[in-house]
Amino acid sequence: MNVVVITILTLGILGTVAALVLYFVAQKFKVFEDPRIDQVEEALPAANCGGCGFPGCRAFAEAMVKSDDISSLNCPVGGAETMSAAAAILGKEVSAAAPLIAVVKCHGTCENRPKTNSYDGAGSCAVSTSLYGGETGCSHGCLGEGDCVDVCTFDAIYMDEKTSLPVVKDNCVACGACVDACPKNIIELRKAGPKGRRIFVSCINKDKGGVAKKACSVACIGCKKCMKECPFDAITVENNLAYIHDDKCKLCRKCVAVCPTNAIHEINFPPKKVKPVAPAAAAKKPEAVKTDNNSSSDNKNKEE
Amino acid sequence: MLKTFSLGGIHPPENKFSAGKNIETLPIPSQVAIPVAQHIGAPAAPVVKKGDQVKVGTLIAKSAGFVSANIHSPVSGTVFKIDDIIDASGYRKPAIIINVEGDEWEESIDRSADLKKDITATPEEIIKKVAEAGIVGLGGATFPSHVKLSVPPGKNCDILILNAVECEPYLTADHQLMLEKGDEIMVGTQILMKALKVDKAVIGIENNKPDAIKHLKALAASYPEITIEALKVQYPQGGEKQLIDACIKRQIPSGKLPIEVGAVVQNVGTTLAVYEAVQKNKPLFERVVTITGKSVAKPSNFLTRIGTPLKDLIEAAGGLPEDTGKIVGGGPMMGKALVSTEIPVTKGSSGVLIIKDEEAKRKKMQNCIKCSKCISVCPMGLEPYLLMTVSDKAIWDRAEEEKIMDCIECGSCSYTCPSSRPLLDYIRLGKGKVGQIMRSRTK
Repeated sequence: MNVVVITILTLGILGTVAALVLYFVAQKFKVFEDPRIDQVEEALPAANCGGCGFPGCRAFAEAMVKSDDISSLNCPVGGAETMSAAAAILGKEVSAAAPLIAVVKCHGTCENRPKTNSYDGAGSCAVSTSLYGGETGCSHGCLGEGDCVDVCTFDAIYMDEKTSLPVVKDNCVACGACVDACPKNIIELRKAGPKGRRIFVSCINKDKGGVAKKACSVACIGCKKCMKECPFDAITVENNLAYIHDDKCKLCRKCVAVCPTNAIHEINFPPKKVKPVAPAAAAKKPEAVKTDNNSSSDNKNKEE
Repeated sequence: MLKTFSLGGIHPPENKFSAGKNIETLPIPSQVAIPVAQHIGAPAAPVVKKGDQVKVGTLIAKSAGFVSANIHSPVSGTVFKIDDIIDASGYRKPAIIINVEGDEWEESIDRSADLKKDITATPEEIIKKVAEAGIVGLGGATFPSHVKLSVPPGKNCDILILNAVECEPYLTADHQLMLEKGDEIMVGTQILMKALKVDKAVIGIENNKPDAIKHLKALAASYPEITIEALKVQYPQGGEKQLIDACIKRQIPSGKLPIEVGAVVQNVGTTLAVYEAVQKNKPLFERVVTITGKSVAKPSNFLTRIGTPLKDLIEAAGGLPEDTGKIVGGGPMMGKALVSTEIPVTKGSSGVLIIKDEEAKRKKMQNCIKCSKCISVCPMGLEPYLLMTVSDKAIWDRAEEEKIMDCIECGSCSYTCPSSRPLLDYIRLGKGKVGQIMRSRTK
């Protein structure tokens, strides 16, 4: 009997002492954490993709709570809805950032860009880049080993088996993981555009026109026709390569029509009614689409 | 027992088909393309423009910094254009393209074949001449030689080691040079010793070249300060660190250069180039290139002008065999597959290896079975399987901790891996990234 009493007493005293110690330690080393951080984190998508530039949603929530001006912060995954919800918790204002989407700026399919050699090394674009320029005459274009697909945590990009080029799906949240993974810097985050309509130069070849054209039939040859055609000064040509600035582009599609190599792509536009070389337009449409799944897209690359 | 380095190493089949084939002079092509980046360091800056007349030995591109090298015209003729061409790296890089007209040499070059033994130049003059002649390490690393000869203040050099190992299978250019230009190499060695102010030199030769060892030993009898060291055949003995370990048993600390242990290593081909530059005033514009392979009709060693397209060499060796699967620039271990036969010979081209289609394909990569063969063969004492994993997973701080930068890219790990894992490919990728991170840190 005695043993039982002593045991209970000993354990009871030990427990009380430990509780007291813990209590005082907890008071002494208390870390105040703004409860709003938890609330904001709750509102975020919890994807921890790093697309905002912070290591995970928690860090982004902390940054939102701590900084006075949150206009530079944006969660690309959640978009305007999530951002305004999170900002409402903090009573702060947030300007709606235009939604972005990843765009693959290469259209060097097997037909457009014939192989000049074959690569049997490690299946990684980064390794291939460190070894040489690639399987085709274009040393700038897509290598097709799929580093971008490997890093995507949203299942928003896949390799098209026919073209061996990556295709971005509509559910892309513009986290930028593929942009960082691509050793050739082919993928760019661009404005998704109204109704997903966007225009871009689908080439990053900086070689001179003749060299680029020889390597790939749909390469930008830096002829500047689009630059001269553009009424909004949205196109610049540098190092034999045109670039459409999406902040100035009004999606008039004039550049698409003049491009001699079909290097400029339009996505998600309704098909033009009657336009030059129309006969082939209806017949061959789907194969040319590269960036979206959307079947009504890209009525440009029809001639090839 | 023959000496060799202490850690790791492999012994692949030697296949030295072109051994004993006399050096033949290849006819000058009708057009040459000379890349301005054919050495380690800053690319040289062209000093000629379209339409300029050049002679053999005319400076056409000037060294752009301390670690860089001059480039001289290997032919006489007219500069056709300066344009981007695909070089051995597989990328388009600027090159000077010259249309050949005749073969007129700069008057300052002494074209006589006499051996000039008296070294009148002072150490400073030697280094200046080596720099002016655009000499780089001809073993394949193409590191500017004058940089190695300029011993940094505070460091002390007491021995010169000549790299005559040629540990790469197939290659025989250095072997043949030793047999045919032994006297010149001996004088070249003395010039290098004078420049470094050292009184001993060791020439390390692997034991699979008994005729070269015998020949050089006979010549060295009249040069008491030069010793010939026959070494056990073991790849990668031609690596600087391995050669120093093999010859004089000194180990270089991680991340340091050979000068740390008082040694400077130069290749035998480089030594000959130094002799020609200092004694004959001849800049580096030609070199010996081995062209070989199991299917090649006539494996040969050609004395070739820089800028000659590889197809000329292949043609002279009996043409491109039909079953060719891969053309490798350099040896089979450290060489690089080339994308075109138009690629020109550069200062670093030690050989061209033609591999049959059936042998050219890599085997399918399988899982690592943790057999640790890669660790046992690594001459730098690294753990290649681990370096591959951390490079693949982009764990760069761990890669740096595991001394990824010590890797000499000899490829012994990939060679030995029973699962055919591309270890070196990933390690090279990791080295690039870690190097970038380290450089950005010091800035």
